[in-house]
Amino acid sequence: MKLSCVVKGTHYSFSSVREVLAKASEAKSGDVMARIAAESSLERMAAKVVLSEMQLKDIYENPVIPYEIDEVTRLIYDDISDTIYKDIQSWTVGELRNYILSSDTGRDQLLKLSRGLTSEMISAVAKLMSSIDLVLASQKMKYQAHCNTTIGEPGRLAFRCQPNHPNDVPEGILYSIKEGLSYGAGDAVIGINPNVDTIESVKKLLTLSHEFIEKWQIPTQNCVLAHITTQMEALKQGAPIALMFQSLAGTQKGNEAFGISKKILDEGYEMMARYGTSAGPNFMYFETGQGSEVSLNAAYGVDMQTLESRSYGFARHWKPFMVNTVSGFIGPETLYDGRQLIRADLEDGFMGKLHGLPMGMAPTYTNHMDADQNDQEVSGIITAVAGANFYMGVPGGDDVMLNYQDTSYHDDASLREMLGLRPLREFEKWLEKMGLMENGRLTKRAGDLSIFD
Amino acid sequence: MDIQEIVQRVVEEVKKNMNSPKTITNQNKEEPILFPEDRIKGVDKPHNAASIERAQSITPARIGIGRSGTRMLTTSYLQFLIDHAAAQDAVLRDVSDDFLQRMGLHKLETKASDMKSYLMDLDAGRKLSDASIQYLENNGDKGKDVQIIVCDGLSSSAVEANVVDLLPALIQGLKLKNISVAKPFFIKRGRVWVQDEVAEIVNCNLVISLIGERPGLNTDESLSAYMIYRPTEKTVEADRTVISNIHKDGLTSVEAGAYLSDLIEQMLLAKCTGVSFTQQRNLHM
Repeated sequence: MKLSCVVKGTHYSFSSVREVLAKASEAKSGDVMARIAAESSLERMAAKVVLSEMQLKDIYENPVIPYEIDEVTRLIYDDISDTIYKDIQSWTVGELRNYILSSDTGRDQLLKLSRGLTSEMISAVAKLMSSIDLVLASQKMKYQAHCNTTIGEPGRLAFRCQPNHPNDVPEGILYSIKEGLSYGAGDAVIGINPNVDTIESVKKLLTLSHEFIEKWQIPTQNCVLAHITTQMEALKQGAPIALMFQSLAGTQKGNEAFGISKKILDEGYEMMARYGTSAGPNFMYFETGQGSEVSLNAAYGVDMQTLESRSYGFARHWKPFMVNTVSGFIGPETLYDGRQLIRADLEDGFMGKLHGLPMGMAPTYTNHMDADQNDQEVSGIITAVAGANFYMGVPGGDDVMLNYQDTSYHDDASLREMLGLRPLREFEKWLEKMGLMENGRLTKRAGDLSIFD
Repeated sequence: MDIQEIVQRVVEEVKKNMNSPKTITNQNKEEPILFPEDRIKGVDKPHNAASIERAQSITPARIGIGRSGTRMLTTSYLQFLIDHAAAQDAVLRDVSDDFLQRMGLHKLETKASDMKSYLMDLDAGRKLSDASIQYLENNGDKGKDVQIIVCDGLSSSAVEANVVDLLPALIQGLKLKNISVAKPFFIKRGRVWVQDEVAEIVNCNLVISLIGERPGLNTDESLSAYMIYRPTEKTVEADRTVISNIHKDGLTSVEAGAYLSDLIEQMLLAKCTGVSFTQQRNLHM
């Protein structure tokens, strides 16, 4: 393995695969904060050069966090296909990029390739790809999953209706659900973030959303995004859950900070298969996002993008119905501005898909970072062009409980119309039955929450 | 003075201010635009207008605002941008010294010497400055059950709006339960984890930080309470309990005082916080 190169007459050398990966990353404030980013633009290029010549087996033999000390590494390695890996182990990362972008490589080849790649390899190749590279490659990979609805069919775009209330007031949450549905959002899931993470409160919100779905015969699934152990306890006590949620990180230490482990996720998955209300076979909903590990002091000197890739490697074990990255949720110390946000979104969508995941996106921003609504809308458009399965749907783009901005019911409907995309099949029929949609366009009746009176 | 009189006076006051020559936009003495701050009822020919009225009264979410095509109406769109502008400005304001004096809160500082290092370097806001460590070692109220810390976090407005009622309510609630409370203080540019260092110095059983949340569009006055029982080197995020959305339209500061003191009493009995506390509490329910 070669770890040095000469660029423009200057000799650059690196000490490890981990360092090459970090320095080959596009500039992001979280990597700067962790003091692992390239120190100059040319050093970044030198790292990309070294990375492009690196063989996949060099990466395989040097996981960024050792197998022995980290269960995320273990799960990633234990889950890949040795046969497929052995076929490609002598490829360089540069050759991998060419293969992915080739006109001869389509969805089926990429799905097979995916089973031979570790998360670090997937992160590595993304570091050699531009925005258009990432969009074109992402478009080739659109993966389906089934809970009560089928997500990820070509030509369809789904939304999570996110009807949060600062005080978990049930009536307020119901109104926001009605508003979202009337704009056509809610086919991915009706997913409530609770403010109070107690069993009683979570049970109440699960029952509320379940009963509403039953009453109006809506083809979708409900979810309350409490800590997984709270949801499991609610499930034990008989609460109706169609989809189980958890946030994931790319290191064992990060997951411990979230209060989870492989064992807990296994238990949650088994409980859903036994006691959940949905058809399945995909019962899980995961959220990730660049920067969580570095914020939790659980990054081991690994760059944010590679850790994000590792959370997808971890996630795919439970065959989720939905996975979405939430970029820009943490703050400027991880993603400084709109440019870094958009780059992270493109990388994450691509990396998730190359893991074979049914990926959605949540391009978001907080008010203490240097990004605005324009940046978010741009990111929404390009990741939709790249073939995201779903987005969030927040009333007016303003989450009044979590205090950040995410895609709005209006933006969701706009993305569908702009790109000629339809809601999920079963849900579109329901919208037509409700008189909210005709030929894939919202009707005059849409956008009125009072139609549910 | 009845309510109409008050309203009348406020209106006059506003008008007077607007007519003042200092107002840049008013040099030609025209009536300025009074742009609406409340959500509009923008749904065209709603099925039931009363229902939309009710919905807007029960949640601050931007619903019932209608659309043009699939886009927001101009008024709603500008309101959204105005709220974003206000929230961005709120991050940069400091808690005033007057306020701290009134509340009797001594001001400590972290290693974050300016706003930029505070925003961009998490560790800087998680550690006390050397001078503050020394102050706390010499003057801290040691060996009590509970230490309360007030931090600006990402919103000084949240601190100023809630702490006035919350702090006395919390202290009184704890004292009524015979729980000893150390003298509270303020930490400037403080993040949540600074509470671990404080707990170690003052040797308390439980530390609670009242900290300004990042400002949202709906409100820049939202406060969170983070609690941890006896933090150590091995402490992780899941060991903390957080109660968020303390503000006038969420959990009000007076309610929060009572709720938090009940919660802290249970935590002290359980000798833990975070996920372990939730699990223990579920066992006993």
